[in-house]
Formats: sequence, structure tokens, C-alpha cells
Amino acid sequence: MTAPVLETRDVSCTFQIGAGLFKAKRPLHAVNGVSLKLMKGDVLGLVGESGCGKSTLAKMLLGLQAPTGGDIRFDGAPIMGLDRRAIARRVQPIFQDPYSSLNPRKTVGSIISLPLRVHRVGEPDEWRDRVEAMMDLVGLARRFTDSYPNQLSGGQRQRVAIARALIMKPDVVICDEPTSALDVSVQSQILNLLQDLRQELGLTYLLISHNLAVVEHMATRVAVMYLGRIVEENDTDSLFQTPRHPYTQALLASVLTPEPGLGVPDAQLGIAFPNPIDPPAGCTFHPRCAQALAQCSRVAPMPIADGNGFTECHLYNPAKDVAA
Amino acid sequence: MSVILDVQALDVRIPLAQGMLHPVRDVSFAVERGETLCIVGESGCGKSLTSLALMDLLPRRAERRAARLIFAGEDLTRASEARMTDLRGNKMAMIFQEPMTSLNPSYSIGNQLEEALLRHRRIGRREATDRAIYLLEKVGITAAASRLTQYPHQLSGGLRQRVMIAMALMCGPDLIIADEPTTALDVTIQAQILHLLAQLQREFKMGLILITHDLGIVARVATRVAVMYAGQIVETGTVAELFARPLHPYTQGLLRCIPVPGRTKRGTHLGSIPGIVPNLIGDLVGCSFHNRCEHAYESCAATDVSQREIAPGRAYRCLLTAEQCAANAAKAAA
Repeated sequence: MTAPVLETRDVSCTFQIGAGLFKAKRPLHAVNGVSLKLMKGDVLGLVGESGCGKSTLAKMLLGLQAPTGGDIRFDGAPIMGLDRRAIARRVQPIFQDPYSSLNPRKTVGSIISLPLRVHRVGEPDEWRDRVEAMMDLVGLARRFTDSYPNQLSGGQRQRVAIARALIMKPDVVICDEPTSALDVSVQSQILNLLQDLRQELGLTYLLISHNLAVVEHMATRVAVMYLGRIVEENDTDSLFQTPRHPYTQALLASVLTPEPGLGVPDAQLGIAFPNPIDPPAGCTFHPRCAQALAQCSRVAPMPIADGNGFTECHLYNPAKDVAA
Repeated sequence: MSVILDVQALDVRIPLAQGMLHPVRDVSFAVERGETLCIVGESGCGKSLTSLALMDLLPRRAERRAARLIFAGEDLTRASEARMTDLRGNKMAMIFQEPMTSLNPSYSIGNQLEEALLRHRRIGRREATDRAIYLLEKVGITAAASRLTQYPHQLSGGLRQRVMIAMALMCGPDLIIADEPTTALDVTIQAQILHLLAQLQREFKMGLILITHDLGIVARVATRVAVMYAGQIVETGTVAELFARPLHPYTQGLLRCIPVPGRTKRGTHLGSIPGIVPNLIGDLVGCSFHNRCEHAYESCAATDVSQREIAPGRAYRCLLTAEQCAANAAKAAA
């Protein structure tokens, strides 16, 4: 087995939240002991509700947010020892909203070449060639080199963002909701492009999305996050065919596939989303879990290995599943 | 079932510095009591402006024209401003996409809920409060009485959207227009809210117009569907017909664009619709979709295309015959 390109070991990120002028600050565990491995060529889908810590995790992987516990390793070396620039050469982001992630006062050519200038790669006269080569690769016509972002459509802007992310030839690309601001006909073009680029350039993706159909289509592995913890991780087929964790089951049941006549499913999750500053004791999911046992409200479950992945739930018993 | 809203040849024009924007073009549909009409389309196709035009909430300089606009037997093209104010929030109500921006942050939930009822009915505050509590419970909010004194920022996104729904129901409307009601919500909450809307709509026998870009939502909640493109309705039909036998090349293209777990093979290319939406300033000549259509003839760019009705309630806007459309879909699927 090869070594993971990017690995997190029990990574945590805790923010101190002010509760008021004279009150003590309270900790918010945005990411709470997450261990993940990104293997070369993998597409790891990360799903979960808003506020579960997906984006904080992504920021730590990009070196934009220091973890408060655990460590992140790049090719086996701790990321903390690395310079920000060294990280940026290997890991690049693509953000959700191509309207706000591109500087409106810079031309497309200058946006795409910025990483080259920052990292002082090559000579200035090669930059234009490299930018144009990159624009060809992501399917942007060269005539847009001197255009400004507001002259481009949403799909074209996202192509600019992809070109900027790829010009440093990174190993890992963190795609944070790359298509959720786009229309469906444009979304499919961007997803197709991401698939092609992954094959051509041997990229590894972390794909953060709330659209489970997109994750199912793109990802090779899926991790489900709930209140700062990964509650289940497995290869895409196992996770979608036999979801173990009740939260994963509820998420999958909520997917509205375009099949008329099935009606809207009722995920039976209740309406109370727990307060992340004051998370429930035991398993953080137990107040919303229809199958919760008595021990769920007292003891936090430990990850239980399951085939290629793991599940963190008291209900899951591998021995029983094998027997059944 | 009775028709609650009948729209014929609705047009919206907005004068801009660059010329006349024509974002809603010849839109016709009808909604019956107890039925859900989904209007689906991509951003900028005119679906939201259509809903605002129905409610007479367009920007002032916009010009609305319709051959017929009849709501519950009343001709809205002749309704005065005062009459529209009477109807809005009363007999026709709206639910918007982002509950945080459509609720007033400086008034309590109870205050905002009761306002509509006090405005439109001659009843006391006490009764209005009772109705607000009744409806908050109906939309699945626990401890409803104590919520009345809370403010929007104290509620989660899902709860806020439930409050919005309760607010729309306060006066017992005949028609609800929901514009992307779940786009800002998580998938689990989205399913709950849609479940609730469908259930309330059945219970109160309202007409519901649901505007969305999500074909998954359309498939699961619609009775009938209208697909919009560049300001026009390009295809209408019952939800079963439209998904089983889409006719218009745009509808067919849209359905190929979305990944469906278990149906689209992982890692393969999804379908796509190349090109971009035409500029809606000025007159469009020919079919609005011709520049992106893989089946377009030369005549598509020159001839204006009108709706072809192949059965009651089943129509599409394309020069191809229904048989040719079906053959194209079969070819693309193979």
C-alpha cells in the first residue's frame, strides 16, 4: 500500500467564542479529532450539513488555519514544519462562488498568472505562454486573457478559478462546493472538466459538497462529517449501498433523485440542530437519532473498522452484520 | 378541480439603459386548486420575475402585459393597487428563498405572524395570536407559544423557513408561490420542508406554484411542470410525462446533465448543454434555444416558434415534431 499524499491524524480545531463582555470565553470544537487519508489519485468526498466543520477542515489542509491539536502530514512530513508557500505549491483550492473568489479589478490573465508571480516560477516572458496553455486545458478561449471577471459567465469564471488552482501543478486540489453556485447545465461541464483534469494531471481531490448525487458521481471514497467528527468513511459503493451510520442513512434518504412518483422522503431527523458550543453528551447525534440506545447519550462511540472504512456508532456491530 | 390561477400570454418588459429587457415572454399556464405547478429553469430564465409579475411586485418601471390574468375568478389585469394589497398575503401568499432576509430582524416572530391577519381581517390580537400558535404547531415547531417572542436571529435556517410557511398560511390563502424555498437549506432540512409544504397543501387544498432549479425537487413534488428557458415556457406536462418523455431539446439536455445515483456511471462524462443563454435585451428572432441546440435547422434561427399542444396540458415549443423529439431522446440515450 502506498503512502497517503495528505493525511490528518486526530486533527482538531477549537475556537474560543466570546459569550459576553464579562463572561468567560467558551470553546467551540469546529473539528474534533479527525483522521483522514487522501491517497494519490483518490477523490475523497466530504459531506455533512452546514456548520459541521467541513470548511474549517479544508482551511487547515490548505495551511490557512492552524490546527489546535493533532497533525497534518504531507507525503509523510508534518505540514507545520513547512513554509506557507511550500504548502501552496502542493495544495490549491477551488472555492464555491466564482463571483467572489476572483479579484474584479484584475484581468483573467493576471489572475491565472498570480501564483507564478508569487512563487517566482520561470521568467516573466514565459508566463503568458503558461497561462494560455492552462486556459486551453480548462477550455477557456484565449481571447478572454484580457477580460475582467464581470465579463464572464459563472461557468467561465469557475474555469478561471480552476486554471489558477492548477497553474502551480499541485498534487492535491481542495474543491469546496465547486459547482453549487452554478446552473445544472454548467455544473455538468465543470464536473466533466474536473474528471478529465484528474486523469490528465494525476490530481487528488478533496471534494466538499452538500450535493450527494455529485459526490456519488465523482468520489472514490466518501467521509460523512457531523459536528466536527467523521462519523463514517468508506469507499463510495459501500457507503451508498450499505450506509451504516443513522446519520448517513438519513442523508442518503434525503437525496431527491429525479424520479417522479416517489414523493418527498421524511428523514425522521427532528428539527433541532444541536448547538456546537454545547454539543450533546455521548454520541453527538443521539438527540436526532431515531434508533438511539440508552448508552448513546452517555458514551461517545469509537470508530469501528468496517471493510475499507469505519463507522462511529454504537448500533453498528460488525459481527452481527457478518452473521446477517 | 377548479382553476385558481389562469395566466395567458404574460409579458414583462423592463426599460434599461442598454435597451428594452424582455425577461418574460408569452408565458401561459394555469394552476388548479390542490395541485403543484413547478416552474423549473436556470438562473436568468425569468422564473422569479414571472412570480413577481403574478403578485404585481415588479419594479416600478417594469411593464406587465397579459392577455388574461385571472385569480379566483377575478381579473388581476384590472385590479387596482389597493385591491392587490388586499389580495397579497391574504388570498395569494409568497415564500421566498432566503428566510433571513425576508423576515424583519427587528420584530418578533409573533408580531410578524400576526401582522398579516390583523391587516386583512377584522379580528383582535388575541385571536391572531391563537392562529399564529396553531400554525406554528402545524408547521412542526415545538413550544410554539414561547417562539412568538423570539426574533429571527434566534432561529435556525430550517425553523425560519417554517415560520415563513406559517406566515404565508395565516390568512388561509388559495394560492402560494414558493420561490426556491429550500435552496438555502441543508439536504435533510430541505426534505423536511418540502414534505411539510406538500402535506399542508393537500390539507388546505391550495394551489402551489413552486419555483426551483432543482430537477430532483420537481420530480418529487410537482403535479405538473413548466420548463422555462430565456423567458419562455418551452415545455409543459404532467411530471410523469415530462420525465419519462421529455420533448424539447432543452428539457432533454437538462435531464442528461444531472448525476443520478445508481443510474449515471461514476467517473463517466455527464451530458452538457454547450453555449450560453441569449441576451434578453431587445427582440429575439427564431427559437431562443437554437444557438445551443444540437438538432437545430437553419430555419430555427429565422422562424418564431409557438407552443404546440399535443394533448390537453401537454405542450412544447419546438419546430420538431413530437416523434422527432422522442427519436432524438432515444438516440441520445443509446
